[in-house]
Amino acid sequence: MEQTVRFNENKRNYSENKLAFAPLYFLLPAIIFFLIYVIFPIFQSVWISFYEWDGLGEAQWVGLANYVELFDDEYFYTSLKNNFIWLIMYLLAVPMGLFIALFLNQVVFGIRFYKSLFFFPFVISQVVVGLIFSWFYNPNFGLLASIFLSIGLEPIAILSDEDLVTYGIIFAGLWPQIAYCMILYLTGLSNVSKDLMEAARLDGAKGLKMLWHVVLPQLRPATFISVVVTVIGALRSFDMVAIMTEGGPYGSSNVLAYYMYETALSEYGFRLGYGSAIATVLFFIMLVYIGYFLWRLYKNEREV
Amino acid sequence: MYNKIKLTLVSLLSVILISSASFARDLVITFDDMNPGPKAAFENAIAKFQKENPDINVIANNGDREEHKAAIRNFLIADAPDVTSWYPGNRMRPFVKAGLFEDVSDVWDANNFHEDLAAIKPTMTIGGRQWGVPYSYYQWGVYYRKDIFDELGLFEPNTWVQFKYVCDKLKENGITPITIGTKYLWTAAGVFDYINLRTNGYKVHNDLTAGKIKYTDPRIKKTFEYWAELVNAGYFLENHSSMSWQDAVVPFANGEAAMYVMGNFSVDAYKNAGLSYDQIDFFPFPKITPGVPRAEEAPADAFFIPTNAKNKRDAKKWLAFVARPDVQTEWNKTIGQLPINSKAQVADDKFIKQGFETLNSAAGLAQFYDRDAVAEMAAAGMEGFQEFMMKPDRLDKILKRLDKIQAKVYK
Repeated sequence: MEQTVRFNENKRNYSENKLAFAPLYFLLPAIIFFLIYVIFPIFQSVWISFYEWDGLGEAQWVGLANYVELFDDEYFYTSLKNNFIWLIMYLLAVPMGLFIALFLNQVVFGIRFYKSLFFFPFVISQVVVGLIFSWFYNPNFGLLASIFLSIGLEPIAILSDEDLVTYGIIFAGLWPQIAYCMILYLTGLSNVSKDLMEAARLDGAKGLKMLWHVVLPQLRPATFISVVVTVIGALRSFDMVAIMTEGGPYGSSNVLAYYMYETALSEYGFRLGYGSAIATVLFFIMLVYIGYFLWRLYKNEREV
Repeated sequence: MYNKIKLTLVSLLSVILISSASFARDLVITFDDMNPGPKAAFENAIAKFQKENPDINVIANNGDREEHKAAIRNFLIADAPDVTSWYPGNRMRPFVKAGLFEDVSDVWDANNFHEDLAAIKPTMTIGGRQWGVPYSYYQWGVYYRKDIFDELGLFEPNTWVQFKYVCDKLKENGITPITIGTKYLWTAAGVFDYINLRTNGYKVHNDLTAGKIKYTDPRIKKTFEYWAELVNAGYFLENHSSMSWQDAVVPFANGEAAMYVMGNFSVDAYKNAGLSYDQIDFFPFPKITPGVPRAEEAPADAFFIPTNAKNKRDAKKWLAFVARPDVQTEWNKTIGQLPINSKAQVADDKFIKQGFETLNSAAGLAQFYDRDAVAEMAAAGMEGFQEFMMKPDRLDKILKRLDKIQAKVYK
């Protein structure tokens, strides 16, 4: 354990305390960029949400009127509901990633080739994934329609059905996300200590018991990161919705990120104030999770 | 000494000659159509303008349409070109209100446009002043498979009853009467516009898009009732909400659907899908309420001058040039659309000729729902139309919601 350099009453002036300042110097460039590109825009967005602005002319101060309007807006509630569905369903990527990682964690000739194939979906652009899946779901010439027809059922138009559309998009989004979680777990699995496994085996642990009590606790960091990334990804989901349905049919698959884009930046959207209000709401939802994760991280660091 | 004078004289002369060459003024024109036809027409017009104006150095920029829609909000403020293409009607309103488009009523006055471009003038006018010059427009109507109609012994329907009869006959024979792709929403607005124009007329339609009549007004409800007759009878293509208009051309091309409510730009798509001119024909949307004067949809494309432009004098020359009869004839022949100048000649194409007749005899020209209605209303309205087409029993809920948004937007 290195000793942290602390301020010492014996060292009075700056030149003797230089070592204590060293971490600050290294962090300073990153902190400055973070302030300019992340922190300041957050405050700017919240500030804009108190105005009515079309991005071209004068901004008009309206105070909390945008938020009052937001809470009376049915599209907002649809988007909120869809975001929560995304949050819950997207977390399926974590256990599925784990299972595929467990499956691929064998010493078989050519296993690296299969690992790279399983990782491939994450490498492709999300827009391309969305496009291919929208063709897959097409009720006239899509692969899904052919599968339905081959077992004698009528093909369902998933992207046209207001109840199924969000699930269809989430399914398409899960494909790259599972690949990402899988890689995190593969790395974590390679760090699982063999001695512990041997010891557990000697104690008679097998299969599921071994997984739950021995392997999983050692994978905690990988699980933590997977969940963080998946939650943030679910709340941020924009590409899939934009490319597959544009928030349709008639707004049923809308999510907060896309609704914000629609009202502020799209072809028919000239309301930057309202869009900023939506962005602020989204930010506060994320803040809950980010705060929780940061607190956990801090606690872990303290323990160590 | 004599040599020195000669040298000075020669160098002075060469400097004058070089600098006079750079006295040509720059004119930056930004366009937004990369499709082969429109692109070629634009480039030809630029070449012609350049030849007529050797003292102007034209810098023409052409970009993707969707990118242009996003970029325009940026470049009108920072680094504006001298001329830009955009859409008239309510699509130009936000920029006119923000003072980003130049008033070009003087160009209209100087070139007799008030007379020659009379039909399209209301669209280019806000507050009594003109803000741009159009260069083309095109008709909307019903394109249909003539060969399928002939096979089944059907005729071009003129009234609503005849139209429903034709749809019924087609459905009996296993053909989808009307193909449509509403993934990108505006196609449903085309159908709404026509049914509304035919049911209630031009004035009521305009009042609706201007926010003066509610969506729950009984006259507008009547429009939806007529529309519901088609939807409930299953006359529209199934699963249209997951198809773009191009996807919906496929059943039209392979004989699974027989009619398409579309604009004239779609003829190119039919040809590319393998249909020949004998197989397709056009008729204007049938009459619904007897006695209502026939108004048509005729969206126009136009050029505008940003107020932050550097070379407004030559920009106005370009605007005057673009609407000239000979330039109009040439340009619109290439892109297969209609000239906006009544003195120009129409291309010798059966659809163009029919379109020309249809629009010339129209009692009023609408610009299409998303250009007539304010942007936010347009977006919500079109979503409402798509929802209605899929769930017609939700009509009351949809209309109430549209009213709520209308009250907010038009206050």
